[in-house]
Amino acid sequence: MKQNKFITREQVLSALKESFVKLNPAVMYRNPVMFTVLVATFIMGVVTMSVLFSGGDAQGSFVYNLVVFIILFATLLFANFAEAIAEARGKAQVESLRKTREETPAKKLNGDKVEVISSAMLRRGDVFECEAGDIIPSDGEIIEGLASIDESAITGESAPVIRESGGDKTSVTGGTKVLSDRIVVRVTASAGESFLDKMIALVEGASRQKSPNEIALTILLAGFTLIFVIVCVTLKPMAEYTSTVVTIASLVSLFVCLIPTTIGGLLSAIGIAGMDRALRANVITKSGKAVEVAGDIDTLLLDKTGTITIGNRKATRLYVVDASHEKEFIEACLCASIADTTPEGKSIVELCASKGYVVDNAKLAGCKWIDFTAQTKCSGVEFRGGTTIVKGASETIKALVEAAGTTYPAIADEFTTKISSNGGTPLVVSKDKEVLGVIELQDIIKPGIKERFERLRKMGVKTVMVTGDNALTAKYIAQKAGVDDFIAEAKPEDKMEYIRREQASGKLVAMMGDGTNDAPALAQANVGIAMNSGTQAAKEAGNMVDLDNDPTKLIEVVEIGKQLLITRGTLTTFSISNDVAKYFAIVPALFMGSIPALSALNIMNLHSPESAILSAVIFNALIIPALIPLALRGVQYKPIGASALLRRNLLIYGVGGAIVPFIAIKLIDMAIAIIM
Amino acid sequence: MNYEIWGVALQVLILVLLSYPLGRYIATVYRGEKSFMDFLTPIENCIYKVCSIDPKEQMGWKRFLSVLLTLNLFWFVWGMVLVFIQGFLPLNPDGNVGQSASQAFNTCISFLVNCNLQHYSGENGLTYFTQIFVIMLFQFVTAATGMAAFAAVLKGMCAKTSTTLGNFWVYLIRTLTRILIPLSMVVGMLLIVGGTPMTLEGKQTITTLEGTEQVISQGPVAAIVAIKQLGTNGGGFFGVNSSHPLENPSYFTNMVECISILLIPMALIWCLGFYLKKRKFAACIFGVMFIAYITTVFISVGQELGGNPKIAEMGISQLNGSMEGKEVRFGSAATALWAMTTTVTSNGSVNGMHDSLTPLSGMLTMLNMQINCWFGGVGVGFMNYYIFIIIAVFISGLMVGRTPEFLGKKIEAKEMKIAIMIALLHPFVILCGTAIAAHLAVNDSELAAAWLSNPSFHGLSQMLYEFTSSAANNGSGFEGLSDNTPFWNISTGIALIVSRYLPIVAQVAIVGILAQKKYISENAGTLKTDTVTFSVMTFAVIFIIAALSFFPALTLGPIAEYLTIR
Repeated sequence: MKQNKFITREQVLSALKESFVKLNPAVMYRNPVMFTVLVATFIMGVVTMSVLFSGGDAQGSFVYNLVVFIILFATLLFANFAEAIAEARGKAQVESLRKTREETPAKKLNGDKVEVISSAMLRRGDVFECEAGDIIPSDGEIIEGLASIDESAITGESAPVIRESGGDKTSVTGGTKVLSDRIVVRVTASAGESFLDKMIALVEGASRQKSPNEIALTILLAGFTLIFVIVCVTLKPMAEYTSTVVTIASLVSLFVCLIPTTIGGLLSAIGIAGMDRALRANVITKSGKAVEVAGDIDTLLLDKTGTITIGNRKATRLYVVDASHEKEFIEACLCASIADTTPEGKSIVELCASKGYVVDNAKLAGCKWIDFTAQTKCSGVEFRGGTTIVKGASETIKALVEAAGTTYPAIADEFTTKISSNGGTPLVVSKDKEVLGVIELQDIIKPGIKERFERLRKMGVKTVMVTGDNALTAKYIAQKAGVDDFIAEAKPEDKMEYIRREQASGKLVAMMGDGTNDAPALAQANVGIAMNSGTQAAKEAGNMVDLDNDPTKLIEVVEIGKQLLITRGTLTTFSISNDVAKYFAIVPALFMGSIPALSALNIMNLHSPESAILSAVIFNALIIPALIPLALRGVQYKPIGASALLRRNLLIYGVGGAIVPFIAIKLIDMAIAIIM
Repeated sequence: MNYEIWGVALQVLILVLLSYPLGRYIATVYRGEKSFMDFLTPIENCIYKVCSIDPKEQMGWKRFLSVLLTLNLFWFVWGMVLVFIQGFLPLNPDGNVGQSASQAFNTCISFLVNCNLQHYSGENGLTYFTQIFVIMLFQFVTAATGMAAFAAVLKGMCAKTSTTLGNFWVYLIRTLTRILIPLSMVVGMLLIVGGTPMTLEGKQTITTLEGTEQVISQGPVAAIVAIKQLGTNGGGFFGVNSSHPLENPSYFTNMVECISILLIPMALIWCLGFYLKKRKFAACIFGVMFIAYITTVFISVGQELGGNPKIAEMGISQLNGSMEGKEVRFGSAATALWAMTTTVTSNGSVNGMHDSLTPLSGMLTMLNMQINCWFGGVGVGFMNYYIFIIIAVFISGLMVGRTPEFLGKKIEAKEMKIAIMIALLHPFVILCGTAIAAHLAVNDSELAAAWLSNPSFHGLSQMLYEFTSSAANNGSGFEGLSDNTPFWNISTGIALIVSRYLPIVAQVAIVGILAQKKYISENAGTLKTDTVTFSVMTFAVIFIIAALSFFPALTLGPIAEYLTIR
């Protein structure tokens, strides 16, 4: 379901159509920069017509005016196209998610009666049932039953997940498929209110809210535009005073070239593309603002399990009490774990196998498995002969051994302390109440996670590990994974308190959570990402929902946020520094006819005043479509520190922005000179 | 010619060396820390008591501004009355009469806004009483007002989260008692030593070497000239300002006066560093301003020493550079230095005719005022720069991937709106004013002839200069323009008021709003504002917004003139 193609043919076609529809002044009004271009184009249209009908050369030739008019018109279309193509991509992304859920039959429960209606008719609070094979018609919360559900339509993850009433895994998403059992679900969002619908609304023009930063930038750009209105309008009487003839076409061209049309035309596309990038990472944002705020995050709260470590511990080492009994110990480990289907158990078997030990099935024949229960807190095997091997936490085995009157070896205690201080969990193995050795279970830190934290540190983001482990273990893992801080033996209140404390010292905090007890912290955090598998309460409290339930997603979201802001900043810089070259292209051209001495300012040695002005406006128009791919993809974020990043972007987009138009305008001018 | 360049270099060197310790001292004054001037505390307390001021009151930005504006209104009425009835007041040995209502209005407004555009000549337009109790008083008070606003800005920038910006009265009075009055005394003494008169006696009639009788105006000149220079006021005692032989008798007094122009504006930048404990930040700002200033000095001195090509064509040697409109005792280099110094600040005093500067120097005087934040007027200069910092922070903040923030405060729509309006105001006033004047002149050749001493490019420059000078609250003139007409009185009057009060209100408001915001701590991803990169960025923003906006207009004026006579 992931779209790999950058832009499809259909998207281009629909965007082309939209570019014309968006010419509507009532729509353009939202974008002050492009709105003034619309006005300028209109003025040029009027001038062109009057030149055609009244004739006369005072305003330049008809063809010249017409060409300026056409280029301005194209500038408008290009800007609209940029917005339209971004919308089209975003919409396509959302549509493909939504396709599955449209027109799904829903088995609505009225008391005991089942009534089949269309999913679109479900309202908040309605209750429906789903059985194996049914597509879930709407987002909701399981109030009864347990089912395995295929969420691949949403997440792309093929392994089914278990959802059940009560607890933290009650939430189901419309469009996913029930594979087994029966559940009763209460609708949490009416049709048209679910997250995907919200997302579509965010992407579409009509209800798209500008984020605060976008508003501030729009004000800045509108201000620049106004300055150039003043510059161009006042130039006319000043030129008249010095007996210089300036045509309307030239003044309008100067104006359109100077105002920041590049960023003005691409601004909304950048914002949409930011949300779209989040969506491609399978994160649904509830507002454009949330993505921006993500870029500002100072502190990241991450759950240890699943984020920093691979969900399960792994046996890494065996400590034998009496070295002469090593063989016996390893065989005991193997036998005690062979029936243990937990990942820890499997890893013990693997570790033994790597030492060359395999299960002797003959020995195991007729044995009785001791399963782990909450009461016994250990598991193992009882052979035919009555020999019992158990493994369990050190306290449990110690109690067991001492109850039987055997001494618990001091060296075993040493092993357990050593393992704990290494961040591991000790499992003591005993055979007939006699301690054989200790298995070390280690949290396996995800490969590459340390580098990601390093990257975050360079971005200026502090990472905090949240874990239920004791402080000693937590500290060890924190050090090994390279996180900056940790909350050990964490309760949900601890998270909340930590967030508050960070915020009080002026920091922005992001966290990810899934449980109902995470909801307050999710709401308190500046960016709260709820897992899609989490409770409805958690999803409502957060400002993003991660469809993949992948805790490392936070890191991606931070980068997406930064990328969004950087793209805005660099294209603004580019747009403004373009002006330097444009001044030198147009200003001499404006006055050279009447004041020949000013040709000394024509440093680009452009062919003629008309060609100079035309090449400037053509460059101004073409740069918009040329930058659409950059706007949609986003400018790459490099975690090299703020000052280095500024220097880099200033060099590329600032200095580059001043140089590129000099070259491009000169080239276009040479081409025009050939045509003319 | 060589010693002229050494003279310029020496003045700049002394200026920079003096500004640093002064800046450190001013910071202690505004922080209310102990200093060697504490013996003045009883006098200040006495002033607070007499005026029933509560020096402990902490003002929010709105209250601060309303007090500031109310005081300005009071002084306006005070000045109007005194100038109007000065003929009946004491200290009038020459028997000068009161100014007309319109002239009084113009005089009061222009001195009140720290501009000192003079549509009268001090010799006969004012009495000693009004010279002292209106002109000199205003020169002290308006400079102190700008610096008090600056102090509030410092307080606001320093605070983590605060609703108050300090007490206007305390800033105002401390600025007067501890900075302006002591400094003026020092400068005044140096001027008296250099030969500037300081007397309450009337005109003297003397017999010249040629045997004719000449009436020489004099008065309490040294006192007024000192604060005129130090407070970026610029309104001279005599009509021709510091080119008058009694206002500025020698190269020595010229040096003292020229250094005094830029001393406090430069010191305030260092003060910022000491006050905020961000000396690197201050050094960066100082660097940008100084490089811009010294570049204009370099070009201008070069141009003036190079002479006028049209005069060279006539076969006249110009060994000492272009001497038209310059005083022989200063020379062309010192005049060029003064011209740049007086226009980077909003001083506006002159020691030569700006109208006679060579075209590129003339352009630079205008460009300096159009940018209006290379050091700038006392207090308000940095505040203008602050607006551009806000804009630069916004753009570069985005470029490093964070919502833009400055000193731990997020820059959002509201501040942006105010900042961009102020950035817009300056080109708006200057360009619209010039365009209207140009339009009137085009359609009425009689009017044009009455206003302007030159047609075409130079005529446009004269009009552009007048509005630029008004909008920058500078007060100097391209004197070829006959500006004492209803049009120029009214239009520049509006420009003066708008360009003084709107920026102060806006800048204090931004600082006040930002101070109230939640403080956000820095991290490795935060934009650093005390780096060379950011300084370059700020310079680029100022150059593109402030300077290039005037490029088309300047092209039609001085640039066209330069290229045509070349």
